[in-house]
Amino acid sequence: MKAPAFAYAKPATLAEALELLERPGAKALAGGQSLIPSLNMRLSAPELLVDISALPLAKIEAGKTTVRVGALVTHARIEKSAELRARVPLLADAAPHIAHPAIRNRGTLGGSLALADPAAEYPACAIALDAVLVLESRAGRRTVKAEDFFKGLFETDLKPGELIAAAEFPAAKRGDRSAFLELARRQGDYATVGLAVHNDRAVFFGVGSTPFLLRDFSSRERARAFLEENLSPSPDLYHSATTKRHLAGVLLERAWNTLETSR
Amino acid sequence: MGKAELPLHAPGTRTDRGYIGSSVPRPNARRLLQGRGAFVDDLKFPRLAHVVFFRSPYAHARIKRLDFSKGLKAEGVIGIFSGRDVSRYCTPWVAVLAHLKGIKSPPQHAVAIERACWQGEAVAAVVAETRAQAEDAAALVEAEWEELPAVVDMEAALRGDVVIHEDLQDNICFRRDFDTGGVDEAFAGADAVVEERYEFGRHTGVCLEGRSILADYNAAEHSLTVYQSTQAPHMMQDVFSRHLGIPEASVRVIAKDVGGSYGIKVHVYPDEMATAALSVMLRRPVKFVADRLESFATDIHAREHKVRVRMAVKKSGEILALDLDDLTAIGPYSVYPRTSGIEGNQVVNLTGGPYRHQKYRAKMNVVFTNKNVTCQYRAVGHPIAVALTEAIVDKAAAKLGIDPAEFRRRNLIPDDAYPYSFPSGLKFEKLSHHRCLDLLLQRMHYQQLRQEQMQLRKENIFRGIGLAAMIEVTNPSPAFYGVGGARISAQDGATLRLEPTGMVTVLCSVTEQGQGTEGIFAQIAASALGVSLEKVRVITGDTGITPYGGGTWASRGAGIGGEAVLLAGRALLSNVLDVASRILNVEKETLAVKSDAVVDKITLETKIPLAELGRVAYFRPDTLPPDFQAELTVTRHYTPREYGFTFTNGIQASHVEVDPDTGMVRLLKHWCVEDCGTVINPMLVDEQIRGGIVQGIGAALYEECLYGPDGQLLNGNMADYLVPMAGEMPDIFCAHVETPTRQSQLGAKGVGEAGTAGAPGAVLNAINDALAPLGARVTSMPVTPEKILKALGKI
Amino acid sequence: MEHARDIALTVNGARVSRRVEARTHLVDFLREELGLTGSHAGCEHGVCGACTVRVDGDIVRGCLMLAVQADGCRVETVEGLSDSGELKRLQQKFHEKNALQCGFCTPGMLLAAQDLVRRGGRPSRDEIREHLSGNYCRCTGYQAIVDAIEEALDGQG
Repeated sequence: MKAPAFAYAKPATLAEALELLERPGAKALAGGQSLIPSLNMRLSAPELLVDISALPLAKIEAGKTTVRVGALVTHARIEKSAELRARVPLLADAAPHIAHPAIRNRGTLGGSLALADPAAEYPACAIALDAVLVLESRAGRRTVKAEDFFKGLFETDLKPGELIAAAEFPAAKRGDRSAFLELARRQGDYATVGLAVHNDRAVFFGVGSTPFLLRDFSSRERARAFLEENLSPSPDLYHSATTKRHLAGVLLERAWNTLETSR
Repeated sequence: MGKAELPLHAPGTRTDRGYIGSSVPRPNARRLLQGRGAFVDDLKFPRLAHVVFFRSPYAHARIKRLDFSKGLKAEGVIGIFSGRDVSRYCTPWVAVLAHLKGIKSPPQHAVAIERACWQGEAVAAVVAETRAQAEDAAALVEAEWEELPAVVDMEAALRGDVVIHEDLQDNICFRRDFDTGGVDEAFAGADAVVEERYEFGRHTGVCLEGRSILADYNAAEHSLTVYQSTQAPHMMQDVFSRHLGIPEASVRVIAKDVGGSYGIKVHVYPDEMATAALSVMLRRPVKFVADRLESFATDIHAREHKVRVRMAVKKSGEILALDLDDLTAIGPYSVYPRTSGIEGNQVVNLTGGPYRHQKYRAKMNVVFTNKNVTCQYRAVGHPIAVALTEAIVDKAAAKLGIDPAEFRRRNLIPDDAYPYSFPSGLKFEKLSHHRCLDLLLQRMHYQQLRQEQMQLRKENIFRGIGLAAMIEVTNPSPAFYGVGGARISAQDGATLRLEPTGMVTVLCSVTEQGQGTEGIFAQIAASALGVSLEKVRVITGDTGITPYGGGTWASRGAGIGGEAVLLAGRALLSNVLDVASRILNVEKETLAVKSDAVVDKITLETKIPLAELGRVAYFRPDTLPPDFQAELTVTRHYTPREYGFTFTNGIQASHVEVDPDTGMVRLLKHWCVEDCGTVINPMLVDEQIRGGIVQGIGAALYEECLYGPDGQLLNGNMADYLVPMAGEMPDIFCAHVETPTRQSQLGAKGVGEAGTAGAPGAVLNAINDALAPLGARVTSMPVTPEKILKALGKI
Repeated sequence: MEHARDIALTVNGARVSRRVEARTHLVDFLREELGLTGSHAGCEHGVCGACTVRVDGDIVRGCLMLAVQADGCRVETVEGLSDSGELKRLQQKFHEKNALQCGFCTPGMLLAAQDLVRRGGRPSRDEIREHLSGNYCRCTGYQAIVDAIEEALDGQG
């Protein structure tokens, strides 16, 4: 399984990177933990890989109300960061569920958000936290709310030539409650069904082409009803839609119980 | 050190066993621990070319046209070849054996010629300077296909709505009927009858090292050297010789380090044959390594069965009769040379194995489908036979209100009933079912676990205990393959050579894939000769060097290869003492060998170090009597003759907790008590058992090759096909009972497959035991969360 | 835009410079170009762990990193860590416990295990299993590996 041939560039500045990304067949390479397998399996054949790892996008900046995490921050850093553990605990809870240590050392926040795998952890966390994504392109900078960013199966609001530069999360304040639950066949597998909760926002993942947002998690009954009426999961290789729906319900109960006891 | 003439198991023998029975670390593990092994893909050769195969995207299609013109222009390409091109260098084969009456299969070519019969079958070979270049060129091969209807469902295959090979008239590769007679009467007279249908999902070996072969043809000599990740180098030597038209002794097959095999690498694969043929055609070394996607699509699959079983019992729990109807789906070809009929045959032979019962009827059909080929994979047939037997036993026990352990106690063949003839015709030399059951129940604290189970149920925690008793086929005689006409050797040989410095070289025809063959042969040789372990070097896996033999399969390495080593060791000892007696001018009977020296048998006083004896024998034979020639290289062979198969027995237990909300199963612990006769190295045996158990757990909970309705493999990669990883596996407790076989001096039976044979049955029973209070039962493997939720009525 | 690139890196303490195709992944570079065949390619999609090597002190999947991405990096493989003696204790325990059979997963397993050892502390058996959950072994059933690591950790406590 050898990748097809492609050209490679490693820009030193954001401007250079954005110019390269506008070329036909150009793809950004960050950690490569999802891109490189697809290349090895010849599922994609880009003309040019633009290695963005030298760009200054790897900072964790904790402000009073917002914590800004650069797109190149790895899962391993998120897992180990005392700052994030204190200021954005949901993210720190999610990170250990991502694959395995060797992959976490290379995989990045930006990469995960840009790929938008329906069974991935960060997109759901970002939506639960009502995060804002900061995007850069030659046209300039723009921001998109996480809940508007994930459009479809592996489809985001990223325009051609656009790069995720960072994600901005609300810093933890008194009274915040969050919970992260994931059901997987084996440690590190993509989620069968997962749930990220932050205050009244509950986001299921692994249930469809995009994360499923439940805005009002303030009442168990209302949440159940909303789920019943609105969740139409897609099956995967091993779980029918009915099974997914059932498991989502189970996670809802469990999350509720967890948060209840922590009140 | 061990030197008695009596077998190790003879009562009253005061044999010094030497290293036999010791958990000695394996010498050949050292290089593997430093990444300094030699796997096929590690080897470098001048002008080495790489082959990649253009494979059918369809499950069944006629090849209308292949266009290589674009591919041939790609950089680094040496050639692109069709099935017809390759067939000029490699003849086709038909995988049938005379003792499987009525078995049929069409001829199979190294590269398909007119028709592709499964998704992934090779239809063209692309050879280039590098693997990447070969893949680039393969992507440029153009093909026109005529899609044909694909037979995917086994019941449809049996019905024969669509016949894959028109010449064969139906899709039945092999069928077997067996009837002791009196079965219907037994059922009619029974106090209770239980019946159940089981489904077993097709799955595969997933060896971490993909199938690998490097063929090096020497045009000047018309000779072929093949470096291959194979379990049976002599078998492959014969196959290459016959199908490539190269004299047998001019073919040399070398298996250096092999990265896992489990039966997967004991078969003849068309793409590997093509690789060898291409080396002959192109007159240069050619290498093929199956990548992971290819492995899933083309490594043999196994164990796809649908079975209906009925059992007749008396109120007392006594089993009266068993009735079996087994349907199994293989690929479009029976696999060469062992055939794809053996697995189903084993299910018929082994069902009900541990239990007394005299009435038995079985019907078995093996059908062709347009999915990947299937053949023998570790424990061949046992996992199915054990799982269905043990599940129906538990069902009967539950119906009669008898504890499952007690039910087994009432039916396991008594330990003093041997030799015993089994309804399906097999003969048992001596087994120890009851001793093993007692030991298991004691070590697992069975009663305590049952009490704890009852307690936890009140708290809505559902734990289950599952037992699986088993018999296992080991050390087979030619009854397995040879009698059917296969050129597969059931005998093995060992050559032992005392080197001038007193070291010992062992050459043996049984092979090593990590189970510790070389380690135990060193232990046996050292013990037989009286030398220390560090003095022994073992060489296996080279047809140019070792005696002729069968290699690794059917758990025969220790029992057969080990015996050959022991016999050669004792013979060499005798020759060494012959030399010593001449040097020392004393009677041979007064001497022995201990700690690398010839000693006085009684006083243990050192008489002459082996190194000195070696010096004299090899460099100063002029100092020995003129009528005497030192013979310090000895070869002995061994074939098990008395029993067609040497059966072992064991019993496993699984302790699980089932989450009724999610259907997830947590494996709490696993136990195995195994009787494999003389245990040469307990640590290696236990590791084999554990590895086998985890492989069986994979089948029980995770692994299945999923095919879509059009014969497309849906999960042929490591992310989607689920193998057991460390995080979910339990600790596994192993214990042994030792009932040596009297067929050999070593007394060792086989054990490599025992873990895999029993684990699926134990886990299935444990899950059903956990679900019992909830009125749910699962009968389909792998037992996924969804199947549990369905059984519970939650979805 | 080039399909090949010059890279310079340190491998097992030695300076290496080569021209590589951009598409070549790190483990193929190590195996084919440098002859360091101790690291193995088991799946080439990052799941089995057989290719685990160390880059700038962190374990990574060698099949999920391009050789060009290792430009300027410090790469360590099982051969280098054996010769330096860093893996000695683990290797000894693996040997004593027979925590390997065919040996194909072993280099990756050792690198993953050493990563845990370097983190310090006294992880439980479950934590050891969790750390190894990305390294596939088909031969051993994992228990002896966990035993070996547990003993290796004991010695340093």
